[in-house]
Amino acid sequence: MKALAARRHHRFAPVVLLLLALLVTGGVYAAFAPTPANAETASTEDIETGQKLFQANCATCHGPNAEGSSTAPSLVGVGAAAVDFQVSTGRMPMQMNGPQAIAKPPQFDEEQTGQLAAYVASLGAGPAIPTDEQVDAELGDPSSGASLFRTNCAMCHNAVGAGGALSEGKFAPPLWDTSERNIYQAMLTGPQSMPVFNDATVTPEEKRDIIAYLDEQRDGSAGGLTLGSLGPVSEGLWAWIVGMGLLIGAAVWIGAKSS
Amino acid sequence: MSSNGNAPTTRAGKAADYLDQRTSVGSAVKEFARKVFPDHWSFLLGEIALYSFIILIITGVFLTMFFVPSMALVEYHGPPATMDGQLMSDAFASTLHTSFEVRGGLLMRQIHHWAALIFMAAIVTHMMRVFFTGAFRKPRELNWLVGTLLMILGLLAGFSGYSLPDDVLSGNGLRITDGVVKSIPLIGSYLSYFIFGGEFPGDDIIPRLFTVHIFLIPGLILALVALHLFFVVLHKHTQYPGGGRTDKNVVGYPLFPVYTAKAGGFFFIVFGILALMGATMAINNVWSYGPFDPSPVSAGAQPDWYMLFLEGSLRLMPGGAEFVMWGDWTVSLNVLIPAVVVPGILFTFLFVYPFLEAAVTKDKREHHVLDRPRNVPVRTGLGVAFLTAFIILALAGSNDLIATHFHMSINTITWVFRVLIFVGPWFGFWITKRICLGLQRKDRELVLHGHETGRIVRFANGEYIEVHRPLDEQERWLRVNYSAHTPLEVEPATDSRGVRRKGYAQDKRMQRLSRFFYEDRIEPVTPAELAAAHSHGEHDAIAGGEHVEITSGAAVGGGRDLVEPDAENDGPPRH
Repeated sequence: MKALAARRHHRFAPVVLLLLALLVTGGVYAAFAPTPANAETASTEDIETGQKLFQANCATCHGPNAEGSSTAPSLVGVGAAAVDFQVSTGRMPMQMNGPQAIAKPPQFDEEQTGQLAAYVASLGAGPAIPTDEQVDAELGDPSSGASLFRTNCAMCHNAVGAGGALSEGKFAPPLWDTSERNIYQAMLTGPQSMPVFNDATVTPEEKRDIIAYLDEQRDGSAGGLTLGSLGPVSEGLWAWIVGMGLLIGAAVWIGAKSS
Repeated sequence: MSSNGNAPTTRAGKAADYLDQRTSVGSAVKEFARKVFPDHWSFLLGEIALYSFIILIITGVFLTMFFVPSMALVEYHGPPATMDGQLMSDAFASTLHTSFEVRGGLLMRQIHHWAALIFMAAIVTHMMRVFFTGAFRKPRELNWLVGTLLMILGLLAGFSGYSLPDDVLSGNGLRITDGVVKSIPLIGSYLSYFIFGGEFPGDDIIPRLFTVHIFLIPGLILALVALHLFFVVLHKHTQYPGGGRTDKNVVGYPLFPVYTAKAGGFFFIVFGILALMGATMAINNVWSYGPFDPSPVSAGAQPDWYMLFLEGSLRLMPGGAEFVMWGDWTVSLNVLIPAVVVPGILFTFLFVYPFLEAAVTKDKREHHVLDRPRNVPVRTGLGVAFLTAFIILALAGSNDLIATHFHMSINTITWVFRVLIFVGPWFGFWITKRICLGLQRKDRELVLHGHETGRIVRFANGEYIEVHRPLDEQERWLRVNYSAHTPLEVEPATDSRGVRRKGYAQDKRMQRLSRFFYEDRIEPVTPAELAAAHSHGEHDAIAGGEHVEITSGAAVGGGRDLVEPDAENDGPPRH
């Protein structure tokens, strides 16, 4: 204690105190932070058919017969692909109101998602869920995909699919963790702010090329750490933090008096 | 190794003697080796810039061996798979070839690019050190100008190099440049056609930029670097304030051997760090952006960090400021103001500041001892205001990334920055000035009353006091050895015969400016004040007088600034 008392006027004492205070605040927060509720939706277990699932989970906004309401669009004719995309990425049922529906762990398993999709598809003709062959990156041409991505997708999703900002808090999400089937479905159905790229605009083969191009990006960069693939801003940030950080550290070391 | 009658015996000695007899280089070596250099890490910031420039030249020479500065279209075949079979310019194809098929090519490209970012970062950091310590004062004003020119040339070097690979991102940058040039009234469109050899993009811009990038700008930079270093030798290096350091001496170590070793070693540290960055961190993966085509612009299209303030300035400007004058002249103020006027203001400030400060200070002395930033509050405040503006603009240039990474609305961010660009610098100035004045007051307090020790002493009569430890001479010197400038005094408006004096209005303006600089000031502690502080109260800690010696005998007793009671005490306590 005496040693501590003697050093309390040391010029680093405020820094140490500040760090301790931050540590305590962080620790207390971690201990008391509210954990997200993960209660199961009790009703889902009892419902077997897509219609019942729909009426229990979707009808509040989309209407009892999916005819839409003032807050949500009609789902008649959107097709199975749209339902599969929205439900399997967890965007629907929507977590909360906001600029756009956020992807989250899906609320329904594959079987239930299929039942929902079948129900909506039965209401009116629409795009079907693509086959595995249609979305197989191995069969696509990444070079053609690069050209197509550059002219159709990169302005929102960034040159390599790292995502980008849209107006008023909306955004184009990063595509690296999106499944190949979901990428195809997104192009086909145009969820949220995304335009529809129907088969006349971008043919099914071309869609597969785009998937092949995105697949190439999952391996990272030939140049090393990708730094988020965000372009010059993140490069500049790292130049300052890593580069100037190390160099100034070295300068301080060299400039220090040998003692 | 100088010969004084005796012939050298070692091999190195003989070689040196051979050289010396033919070039008389010995005296120059002797002169330089004995040149004294002051010791501080912040004096190495300029060296980082110099060394990264050398690395830029070394890697740049390598890259020119493989780069084809041509916009002729070719069909590319080779890695990566995403580019195979695409139509592109020779420039882009040769960049891909260098990256994927030349041994070490990608490493060289990445070191070159990282070195460019570090070159500019080191220049900016070096300029901050020079600015905040007042190293630009007489006699170094011209060298400040040379340095500022070097910074601008660095921007141009970076920009011209960024545009060479002819990928989508660099083409976007050129398209913005084209727009900026066209926004200049009257001559804009002619100038754009002149630069691009016709309508954008044309076939000429890459070969032209190549010449600019590898010949014109590096040549100018080399020449100006030589002038910059010549001035450093001529003026001698500045030094931080401290005991024994005056405007008439340089306190430090001779260049040889310590600094030669340190500076030489530092080059390899810089090279090592840049090589490490180039080897492990991807930068400017042009194959991600693809060959240039005027139609696509990808999300996150931004310039390198040092041009980001211009991007931000453009992003902040509302689009409605464009109008058509009579006679069908379009005036694009929406581009002209953010891309020409704003950088114009920023650069003018840098060029003019040393002369402005000299004018409002009317200080004709030479300064070789640096200022502590707190002792010139308005200069420090203005520097912070400048940096605040620069940083706000750079952040505004990254508004889309801020929006996605912090889940905010890009529209809101843009509006916040539109307000901040006016309010932020002012606030930065104000708060910095207040902090500086506060620190100066604290310095006064320290000099007058010494350090608090946290030791409470109780006297026989029941009185408690805290013991203060006086500053040692070095500490005190640092805190009192500066001059607080006062606002200019001007001669009266009329002379003794009542005739109006010419130039009075100008003097008055200067005085107003000078008041802005020096109205609020904290004077350093004078010897008399120090003496008074040590003799106040009924219990004198130290005898007052003209000659103060507070390190010697100290007495125990009352009074706020009492020295350590168990310090060697000559006499009995005086009560």
